[in-house]
Amino acid sequence: MDNLIEIKNLHATIDGKEILKGINLSVKPGEVHAIMGPNGSGKSTLSNVLVGHPAYTVTEGEIIYKGQDLLALSPEERSHAGIFLSFQYPVEIAGVSMTNFMRAAINAKREAQGLPAMSAGDFLKLMRDKRALVNLDSKLANRSVNEGFSGGEKKRNEIFQMAMLEPTLSILDETDSGLDIDALRIVAEGVNKLKRPDTSTLVITHYQRLLDYIKPDIVHVLYNGRIVKTAGPELALELEERGYDWIKNPQAE
Amino acid sequence: MSNEKEYIEIFDNNRPLIETLCSALLNKERAKAFEQFKSTGFPKRDDEEYRRTPIDKLFAADYGMNLGRLPLQGSPADFFSCDVPNLRARQEYIINDSFYRDAAEKSPLPEGVLLGSLDQFAQTHPELVEAYYNRQAQESDSLAQFNTTFVQDGLLLYVPRDTKLSEPIQIVTLLRSNIEMLSNRRLLIIIDQNATADLLICDHSSNDKQTLSTQVTEIFLRRGAALNIVEIEETGEKNSRLAHLLVNQESDSRLNHCCITLTNGLTRNNIKVTLAGSGAEAHLGGLAICDKNQHTDNNTLVEHKASHCNSSELYKYILDEEATGVFSGRMLICPDAQQTTSCQTNRNLCLTKCARMYAQPQLEIYADDVKCSHGSTVGQLDENALFYMQQRGISKDEARHLLMFAFAGEVIEKINIEALRDRLHLLIEKRFRGELNRCKRCALCKQ
Repeated sequence: MDNLIEIKNLHATIDGKEILKGINLSVKPGEVHAIMGPNGSGKSTLSNVLVGHPAYTVTEGEIIYKGQDLLALSPEERSHAGIFLSFQYPVEIAGVSMTNFMRAAINAKREAQGLPAMSAGDFLKLMRDKRALVNLDSKLANRSVNEGFSGGEKKRNEIFQMAMLEPTLSILDETDSGLDIDALRIVAEGVNKLKRPDTSTLVITHYQRLLDYIKPDIVHVLYNGRIVKTAGPELALELEERGYDWIKNPQAE
Repeated sequence: MSNEKEYIEIFDNNRPLIETLCSALLNKERAKAFEQFKSTGFPKRDDEEYRRTPIDKLFAADYGMNLGRLPLQGSPADFFSCDVPNLRARQEYIINDSFYRDAAEKSPLPEGVLLGSLDQFAQTHPELVEAYYNRQAQESDSLAQFNTTFVQDGLLLYVPRDTKLSEPIQIVTLLRSNIEMLSNRRLLIIIDQNATADLLICDHSSNDKQTLSTQVTEIFLRRGAALNIVEIEETGEKNSRLAHLLVNQESDSRLNHCCITLTNGLTRNNIKVTLAGSGAEAHLGGLAICDKNQHTDNNTLVEHKASHCNSSELYKYILDEEATGVFSGRMLICPDAQQTTSCQTNRNLCLTKCARMYAQPQLEIYADDVKCSHGSTVGQLDENALFYMQQRGISKDEARHLLMFAFAGEVIEKINIEALRDRLHLLIEKRFRGELNRCKRCALCKQ
């Protein structure tokens, strides 16, 4: 089967400092990949580069997504092509209601697909249905984007947006950070319900905890800008037990 | 010859013409104002209050003035139509510097309400006009004296005691001329005890000639009166507006004022509110959306003279390209104004490196039992928010619009004429999309 996304020898810098030093990674449709690694290893840089954050510069390598050159696309075009990032720190946008925000997002995508704007009735129904998926209070939907939301509400709101936009490739960047165990379960259940045979997920996390709920097919360890180990789900358990030191200093084995 | 000398000469030469065509009452105040103007002249460059908006050079151009009060050919409907759908409003026009006597049939006003030409009411109701006309303006600066010196007409609104106007009144001030023109207009608004009114003042230009207009609005809110007033400026690059809004509030009166500069050339709004009676409330809002070389200067003074008064100010500027914004807000709490609450907020967006914002919040407190605050910020659009929206598929331009719209929305939300609020949301959206400047007629009706 063809890869959904293929990252080849990816190098990226921020403020002239090289963070990614040759990433190679392929994800097939339907797969869940976990990317683990210690702080500062480049996990968030990788997710930011995938969605085209302007602060990062790709200096070498390529990313092929659905057969096309991903790096040639603007952030919004990548979104239209089905890439979604659940932000580690969702941004508060004062004065922009969740409803207006989502309507703009949905209709931008529809426009890119050559479809007419969604009717108000259909849109509100869609909002209602998807809200239920992550138990998001209807009051939150009427408020400004993420403004005054608790940490858990912000993360649930990310998954709600993911449900609205139905991405092909979802990147969950530290979605478990700041969540208590109940919120974690709700978020993970939401992600699992959205899973389809043709959609893939990249789960970026420090801890194995989230992977109890979102089962990965493949686990990668990112260290110092490179993927240093790739294995099955059992690798996550091993990391939980032994930490990252044995990967950082293989000679110490 | 300096610019004031030229105008002093124009006045001297045309005084008989001006005075013959105008009521004795206006002429009496004119004489006093002229003496004052002669001694002070225009505000100079070193005048702190006008430092960022040089006045002198505005008057350097060679403007025509309609001192002979020649009537305009045609009616406003021929070249202008303005209607706020869903807002049933009674429309009145001030064309250049005169009240326009409309032939259109209008629903009768409640008994005792006066609405029409200031000059005419000065003749038919001299006691009323004399009691209020120029009472505040004579204390104001030399530009107000200039206006009183040359003004020949404008509009008077009087709402008698306990009368509530059910429909908003929309006053459209129109500039129309075949030559470069200076016009001076006057509004006198008296809301008597426990009376209420909603007022919408739309300032438009309908030609491409360079114009300069001075406008002095004097408002008197008697005890328990309430006035909602929204001013919308939609003029053009070649139009300069020098406006004074002077409000005197007696006890338990309530003012809600919002001034929106949607499109303009150069604008200076002097706003002075005197809270003279206890329990009075004044809420001032302002929104300026400027690009190109547009310049908007809002200069406010809220004077708390009595106890238990409440005032708030919210002024926001969105400056694009090479636009300039000026906000100078002074809150003055006099010794007797105990139990005052007063807050002032000024927030500004500079969208380019060339846009300039000058903010000067000032707080002077001479009473010891008050709650006052002020704050001013200048910033750019939040890059993180822009990227967040782009990640969700919203184009960068659209994301910018959403953020600017949200920024402006806070001012609009405070307007308490609901139908107008909805309309303004649409207008502002069009402004951001650059669709207003192409509109040669009133944007309110062009959807």
